[in-house]
Amino acid sequence: MIVSKKLLPILSLLTFLSVWQGVAAYLNSNVLPTPETVAIVFWQAIRSGQLAFHLGATLLRLLISFTIAMFIGCAIGIVLGRNKKLDAFFDNWLIIFLNIPALVTIILCYVWFGLVESAAILAVVINKLPNVIVTIREGARALDQDLLDMASCYRFSKSKTLVHVIWPQLHPFIMSATRSGLSLTWKIILVVELLGRSNGIGYQLHLFFQLFDVASILAYTIAFVCVIQLIELIILKPLDRKSLRWRR
Amino acid sequence: MSDIDVIINNKTYPAIARSRQMQAIANLKLSLTSGEFVCLVGPSGCGKTTLLNIIAGLDKDYDGDIRAGQHSTHPKIGYVFQNPRLLPWRTVRENIDLVLDKTPSSAELDSLIETMQLASSQHVYPERLSLGMSRRVAIVRAFAVDPEILLMDEPFVSLDAPTARQARGLLLKLWQQRPHTVLFVTHDLREAIALADRLIFLSASPMRVVSEIIVPIARNERDDECTIEGFRQQLKYDYPEINALL
Repeated sequence: MIVSKKLLPILSLLTFLSVWQGVAAYLNSNVLPTPETVAIVFWQAIRSGQLAFHLGATLLRLLISFTIAMFIGCAIGIVLGRNKKLDAFFDNWLIIFLNIPALVTIILCYVWFGLVESAAILAVVINKLPNVIVTIREGARALDQDLLDMASCYRFSKSKTLVHVIWPQLHPFIMSATRSGLSLTWKIILVVELLGRSNGIGYQLHLFFQLFDVASILAYTIAFVCVIQLIELIILKPLDRKSLRWRR
Repeated sequence: MSDIDVIINNKTYPAIARSRQMQAIANLKLSLTSGEFVCLVGPSGCGKTTLLNIIAGLDKDYDGDIRAGQHSTHPKIGYVFQNPRLLPWRTVRENIDLVLDKTPSSAELDSLIETMQLASSQHVYPERLSLGMSRRVAIVRAFAVDPEILLMDEPFVSLDAPTARQARGLLLKLWQQRPHTVLFVTHDLREAIALADRLIFLSASPMRVVSEIIVPIARNERDDECTIEGFRQQLKYDYPEINALL
């Protein structure tokens, strides 16, 4: 059973590749290159340094906008979750921002602030922020009043309460905001790059689209999917394990 | 160390949704002498927890005054809640260390933990503890801050009889090592007699003081079930008004 559990994902991946290979061979067209062609293009892109450069540019944007959105989102989310009046006041704003299409924010940011890096980052942050706020607000509403009373009775300082009482309770919500945020943010970044930057994966995809170079599009996509999976495996999973070690 | 005067003229819970507003406490006066062990006895739901929360400063929405001595209006408080309220993501030891401002005089804390028989489970997370052990941790935490006033809200409820007796014994031992004012809520009259210098009987809501009775039994005679039971019977005979409360 243990062997088959480990084998199963590999088997499914191989099946996926062989189906792809079969269909590509059957069609024999530029529109769907074989896995082999994509692998060669992938390797060339790595050797030339192009892939690393554009992937790096996109990841840097991801890191900056994601960090800003998480920080501001957590702060606003906690405040709204703990303060009923403010929450009632800003609830409509949140609904408006949640429902503005990503494309609209991106276009408006570029129109208002020009085709600059800060406008690109701002557009991503504005898209991501309402999601973080809503998730964290849910967590802050559900905080255990008994533990907060205990903290205030034993005169915990504000920072002590935040670190030892509030933060651990918000942790599942923060992880969920991180996961959904990561996948949402990088998709938005590609659009941002496509519309108004001169580097990054989105810009490259735009270029390959004009050249009808499907092999390169797939190669870049695979690179990005791998990076996101690595982030999940190397950073998020260990964080989960570490912070849940107190559970029975 | 100082005496504590509690005056609550009125504490009313506002009407929420379909529940009508409810007066929990009316014209309640309590005086606690420093170092005294006082048990509050009353029917369940009469507002004892509300009273403790007001004294602890957790509930500020009331009409009245809590005075502790001349200078400090906020006495240092240890509070053993009805449920242990330990942080599940911190170990037993971390839970206790967290309530201390400074790094503790470790030897003193170690002996506290030793007395409560928790030494071997210091580095365990609370979810792995039995309820009895969690309650003992909560008691150590309350003692660790070296409180001027210790509030205990039915801390031994739902423990089996031998465990409760053992916990009571440990509590008295700690209290005698470090005397301070204790306000202990219970609805078990035997437990109250076994522990208290003075019993305060409270009415159903709106809560007020029905009678105050000094327990004359010497500390070393309180292990004797018969003495306790005898005093209980006598109380019920002498003060018929408390029968209705129990």
